[in-house]
Amino acid sequence: MGDSAFAVRRWSPTEERRPGIPFVISENDPILEARDISRRRNGPEGWLIHQVRCRFWEGDRVAITGPSGAGKTVLLRSLALLDPLDEGAIHWRGQAVWGEAVPAFRTQVVYVHQRPALFEGNVRENLRLPFGLKRRQGRRFDEARAVDLLEHLGRDASFLEKEQRELSGGEAQIMALTRVLLLDPTILLLDEPTSSLDQATAHSVETLLGRWHLEGSGSRVLVWVTHDPRQAERVSNRRLVVTSGTVTAEVTPE
Amino acid sequence: MKPSYLQLSYLQVGLAALLILINGAISLALRLGLGRRLLLAAIATVVQLVFIGLVLQWVFRLNRWYAVFGIMLVMTLVAGNAAVARTPFRSPGIWLNSIVSVWSSSWLVAAIALFGILHVEPWYSPHYAIPLLGMILGNTLNGVSLGLDRLGSELFAHRAQVEALLALGATRWEAAQRPIQEAVRTGMVPTINAMMVVGIVSLPGMMTGQLLAGVAPVEAVKYQIVIMFLISSGTALGIVSVVLLTYRRLFNKNHQFLYQQLRERH
Repeated sequence: MGDSAFAVRRWSPTEERRPGIPFVISENDPILEARDISRRRNGPEGWLIHQVRCRFWEGDRVAITGPSGAGKTVLLRSLALLDPLDEGAIHWRGQAVWGEAVPAFRTQVVYVHQRPALFEGNVRENLRLPFGLKRRQGRRFDEARAVDLLEHLGRDASFLEKEQRELSGGEAQIMALTRVLLLDPTILLLDEPTSSLDQATAHSVETLLGRWHLEGSGSRVLVWVTHDPRQAERVSNRRLVVTSGTVTAEVTPE
Repeated sequence: MKPSYLQLSYLQVGLAALLILINGAISLALRLGLGRRLLLAAIATVVQLVFIGLVLQWVFRLNRWYAVFGIMLVMTLVAGNAAVARTPFRSPGIWLNSIVSVWSSSWLVAAIALFGILHVEPWYSPHYAIPLLGMILGNTLNGVSLGLDRLGSELFAHRAQVEALLALGATRWEAAQRPIQEAVRTGMVPTINAMMVVGIVSLPGMMTGQLLAGVAPVEAVKYQIVIMFLISSGTALGIVSVVLLTYRRLFNKNHQFLYQQLRERH
């Protein structure tokens, strides 16, 4: 960790588990917490992630960095409970999440895949799709807001009519981010969201997500997996470094 | 009592068997290299049919419920296994799921037919129970294997969509709905198609058999109608059952898609 603006803090497994550590933003309990979660490798012996503990507080902006194959995506997916855990649990506002609570939890904690999935139809139909889900009843698709978000990403209303199979990789990501922002989650788990975008669009995505974070008046949480240290610096106020399946360091600005 | 149909002598059967020479000649003329396989297939046909003929003869003569039951059980197990063997996809418990689905659906429908519709006395009369179950099984097996195959390929091809739905807050049922619908639809198509063309394009085997045995055409048709509906309901039940059982194994109670448990056999 050569960045002078960051103080490196080695993670010690014997450390007492309480939020008394310097990067605490709120004195309250964490909103999302991974308690010693592990996921076994599929096939050969070993772990994809092992005994990972991390906490997210309201207003947090966290970057997850580390070498390829270290388990960043696995960690992010596990935080959204998309894969079965072999050990540990995910806690939401102090309570372990499991069973029938999971879909409702995922309306609050949304994982955005690195390569977005598209559904049959045009962009509008893709944006509207989640509003048809049972756990989102009572919410309505707001087209004006969709157009507003798209305009911030350099697209206009005609983009809504574009067929999904005509979208480029970058456009698909723009659609996916718009789709998720329309749903007003509390926590966004972004898996290298700008890797398929050109630099200009990547910057507008950063700006848009930063604005989304601010608009939450301190309650929204952004978690980014990124390879780009400068992006990590721009988008986060603390950093988790993942190496060979564990959080090996916490990096916080001094 | 003189039977109302022409009995075949072994000489006549042998004459028919000579027709295989036509296939052999074609294979030779076009250099298809099928000679060996043709010969094996012809021998298999004769051996398997003679064997089952002897077994059935024995069961028919014995006329006891346990013998009929035993035969039905073996037929069901073979069908349940064959349904899986035909698909390249493997998921946990797939063999058991297939056998349970084929067994419960075909036996339920066969029971309805024997007890509720035909009122066969006694119910285990082998010349009703065995062919009835056989026809239902044959079609259910087809439907189940098509349904399994489609479910596997849908989940393989659309893993990203299924996961995206889950990530957006869908329940496991909402996330799997499309693949499930596609699988059930695909499994049911052959039966529905058969019902559309029955009697026009094809004369079903059972009806043909009855006609050859001297049954009046209208009587044979009545039987065939009953059979068609038995087949279609048995197939539908079997497919829905196997697809739902597989779904339960691939999507857990935490609404997670266990895609790693789904494998494609090469």
